[in-house]
Amino acid sequence: MKTFPIGGVHPSDNKKWSNTKAIEVMDLPDVVNVPLGQHIGAPATAKVAKGDKVLTGQLIAEASSFMSANIHSPVSGTVTAVDMQVNGQGLRQMMITIKREGDEWLPSIDRTPQLVRECTLDSAAIIAKIKDAGVVGMGGATFPTHVKLSVPPGCKAEYLIINGVECEPYLTSDHRTMLERGDELLVGVEILKRAVGVDKAVIGVENNKPDAIEHLRRLIAEKGYGVTVEPLKVQYPQGGEKQLIAAVTGRQVPPPPGLPIHVGAVVCNVSTVVAVYEAVQKNKPLIERVVTVTGKHVQSPRNLLARMGTPISKLLEKAGGLPEGDVKVINGGPMMGRAMVNLDSPVTKGCSGITVLDGDEARRGVESPCIKCAKCVAACPMGLEPYLVSKVSRRKMWDRAEQERVTDCIECGCCQYSCPANIPLLDYIRQGKQTVMGIIRARAAAAKK
Amino acid sequence: MANKFFVAPSPHVHSAQSTRSIMRDVLIAMLPALAVSTWVYGLDVLKVSAVAVVSCVVIEYLIQKFLFRGECTVSNLSAAVTGLLLAFNLPSSIPWWIVVIGSLVAIGVAKMTFGGLGRNPFNPALVGRVFLLIAYPVQMTSFPAPVVEGYADALSGATPLAAIKAGVPVEDVDLLSMFSGTIPGSLGEIAAAALIVGGIYLLWRRVITWHIPVAVLGTMAVFAFFVALADGGGARLYQLPAFHVLAGGALLGAIFMATDYVTSPMTHKGMIIYGIGIGAVTMIIRLWGAYPEGMSFAILLMNAVTPLINKYVKPVRFGLATDKK
Amino acid sequence: MTVLLSTILTLSVLGILAAVVLYFVAQKFKVEEDPRIDEVEKMLPGANCGGCGFAGCRGMADALVKNDDISTLFCPVGGGDTMKSIASYLGKAAPDKEPMVATVRCGGVCDKRPRTNTFDGAKSCAVVSSLYVGETACAYGCLGYGDCVEACVFDAIRINPETGIAEVDAEKCTACGACVKACPKNIIELRKKWPKGRAVYVGCMSKDKGAVVMKACKTGCIGCGKCEKVCAFGAITVENNLAYIDPQKCKLCRKCVNECPTGAIKLVGMDPLPKTPKAPAAKPVEGAAAKADAAKPAAAAIKGGEAGAVKAAPEAQAGSSAEKGAAEVKTACTAAAKNDSVKEQK
Repeated sequence: MKTFPIGGVHPSDNKKWSNTKAIEVMDLPDVVNVPLGQHIGAPATAKVAKGDKVLTGQLIAEASSFMSANIHSPVSGTVTAVDMQVNGQGLRQMMITIKREGDEWLPSIDRTPQLVRECTLDSAAIIAKIKDAGVVGMGGATFPTHVKLSVPPGCKAEYLIINGVECEPYLTSDHRTMLERGDELLVGVEILKRAVGVDKAVIGVENNKPDAIEHLRRLIAEKGYGVTVEPLKVQYPQGGEKQLIAAVTGRQVPPPPGLPIHVGAVVCNVSTVVAVYEAVQKNKPLIERVVTVTGKHVQSPRNLLARMGTPISKLLEKAGGLPEGDVKVINGGPMMGRAMVNLDSPVTKGCSGITVLDGDEARRGVESPCIKCAKCVAACPMGLEPYLVSKVSRRKMWDRAEQERVTDCIECGCCQYSCPANIPLLDYIRQGKQTVMGIIRARAAAAKK
Repeated sequence: MANKFFVAPSPHVHSAQSTRSIMRDVLIAMLPALAVSTWVYGLDVLKVSAVAVVSCVVIEYLIQKFLFRGECTVSNLSAAVTGLLLAFNLPSSIPWWIVVIGSLVAIGVAKMTFGGLGRNPFNPALVGRVFLLIAYPVQMTSFPAPVVEGYADALSGATPLAAIKAGVPVEDVDLLSMFSGTIPGSLGEIAAAALIVGGIYLLWRRVITWHIPVAVLGTMAVFAFFVALADGGGARLYQLPAFHVLAGGALLGAIFMATDYVTSPMTHKGMIIYGIGIGAVTMIIRLWGAYPEGMSFAILLMNAVTPLINKYVKPVRFGLATDKK
Repeated sequence: MTVLLSTILTLSVLGILAAVVLYFVAQKFKVEEDPRIDEVEKMLPGANCGGCGFAGCRGMADALVKNDDISTLFCPVGGGDTMKSIASYLGKAAPDKEPMVATVRCGGVCDKRPRTNTFDGAKSCAVVSSLYVGETACAYGCLGYGDCVEACVFDAIRINPETGIAEVDAEKCTACGACVKACPKNIIELRKKWPKGRAVYVGCMSKDKGAVVMKACKTGCIGCGKCEKVCAFGAITVENNLAYIDPQKCKLCRKCVNECPTGAIKLVGMDPLPKTPKAPAAKPVEGAAAKADAAKPAAAAIKGGEAGAVKAAPEAQAGSSAEKGAAEVKTACTAAAKNDSVKEQK
């Protein structure tokens, strides 16, 4: 069975808490806060002002550049504010606040459950529709999908790889999507094949989801979709774009500024593909997503289909509230998710799950001296030496950090996961990476002049 | 809400391994060899081991408490591991005060002078052993005969390696008793089978990887094979490699000493280079050197090379390797 | 005997050979350098702090010798005296800069700014600020992990374990600016150094609206603008819900201090004005202004004036920090709270 070539770890997947729970539609919130920056790139520009009436699915903020994405109203009602609000990390962010009044959708959106398989649009039209609908990568990276699909000149896409790996422990939203929305997913894959002009499409699914693999294979056999399912050996971080490409095709994406397209691959997450299907076939913008609310001591873990902007605290309430005592609430999974301080912050396009760690799991272990056990080196999927990169970053030796390829780091967390001395390796590496990227950008800007 | 919120950058989960659990696993892995040794040499073995472990732990505690005036980290068991490893390198008949001196050198000189755990360039237990070997050569090289019943006194108190050095042909050595441990030698090095069991345990617990032990033992075996070949071959072609892998501190060194995290390289490639170096230097000392055994010296020598290996041997970077397909 | 002789002979020959080789090598790689650079380097403080913008004192010395116009070069550590003596040595015009001191513009001590969560990662302000808001609800205040402390080579800044925020020792501070660069929240500012450690500044960086500030911190600037109105010198501006006192215009009249409803304007080294300001309030203003003028290190009076100020500073600073401690510290929250987040190693 295939997997990626270097490094990797095996955290316990903890998916059993929610992987049998069917997707439920979350109650509509009374007030939504829709951030203007829900994606990588420039935040969108607000198109509504205080007092405006909006319909569900109506454009409320427009992509401000190519590397940006449209944002649509997740509910119908009145805009009460376009102002700075506190986000999940406690930082201030521009958000549009809408008070919900009913749920009246834009008439152009097809809300029937009917599967529409026929698609005769050409590539440019498909990408335009995806762009209009504000679809971004829903695996967590929130890279605008229309940018990803626009193959740059000189490159040729050969593989369309659909990311159904969901290697993050705890999360099951993609798993449930594959099980419950298989047809939409597969039609979406066919649309994407048209969009990027490839004939090979592979859905990579880790072997710990045999039901999803089997379900998709049966649908493909029954209805003749032009796609194959590739079971992958369970190993974190297989869902990383570069790792998935290596696992499926055996090709390694060169280090930055290398892109997947340079080895002929375009990767999309399964939830994104479903959103693409809805955008292209149903004219439905990206205004809701499946969010796994889970944790060992969460009373009733669930997979909830929630509108963007719904306060996360409402989702937690639905799942039975937080356990007592020390907790860490994570937006995303425990390997790459972000810990939250403000639970009233909204669900956004990249929010694949809310993981609640409690008790001892909420805290980190005490740091002790590095014993040079080399476990981080063995675990790094990028072939770096985390102990060294972290040390030079901690000492602010940026030149050395650059030499040691700190910019290759994908921040998967394998090094820190495996460190027996509990050294916050990634904390410093991330810092070093950000600083070195800044230095490189400044150098490039200076060179241009 | 009565919750106390914690925040940290990702990752938020951690593997079950900690420094302490690793050290505990190493101690557990040494127990079979300790048991066999006790069976072969009697309770002296436990006495020497206890003195070494206790003195190492106490010395580390005292240094941290009164010289460093810092946190005491003896609870991570690394001093206990050093102590037991030191004991494994001593004859069971050694006086207790020599053991304490060895501990003092191992912990005080080889480990704490460099800043404690993780900073020592040389394996502390081996520094202790080599110091004792040079300071007390008589006590360090007079091994008691095994007290176990049925011990054939063929080698009369000399270790197999010393016997070979003295001119005993390798054909006369009983490989089976070397495997089971009923031979004279340092208390931890005699029981080849038990050491292998410990090694398998460490591999299973993912405390060590196969690279260093296999590289060390493989190099020794291949080296011995070619020496036998140059000598005219025959039955020696397999006897000599087997002898060298089982004799002296080869297994103890390859599995427990050379794999010491702090003093071994960080990459798998580096580990193999390091292992080959240890194997080759050991064989050179054994065959042509003044000492019958060269494992300690070989490991210490390669410890010194480790920083250099770390500097020049880098892991395979993702995306920079040539396309496989 | 022959052995001894031959040994001596061989070694002598080897020695001579080596000497010859060394001589030629030294000649070949000899670097011609202006001897004045060495002299100037000796005159510099030798802290290699980088406060001048060069990597170390050697680089600064090099630039001082080579540039004709050294008015843009300044050693904040040595100060005006050092620059003057170097300038006179080199026969160039001395740059003149008034003494500055690093000022931490945050008053969010523990009991004023409640903690809302516990941070458990690498103890570095840069790491924290790139991740999230910090342990309190204020997104602008001091994080208290001491990146500035690490950056300071003069041991002039520390995190007060009782307040959880950074504190500058005005006596030791050389205004090299390392902490200013190190602070990811841009809280530290180099402000004009008044004699006796006196200072009036806005101890808040929050650009949030008043209500949000009040929620996060009881002593934050809410941008009410009262200080702006009361200031007779036009030194105070309120922008983005945040007041700023221009250190060049401020005369330490302290009117704003009494006006501030949240105590965001900090007063150091001086007694506040009486609570009910009467007409003669102008008197202390004049007095302060006059004093300040007198102490202002004009180029002519630089030596005497500054030496006095530096000498006076220790007592004043010690006193003021003690006062500050007594007034503001009510709970020793940080140290205790930080420790209890520590998890026992399994």
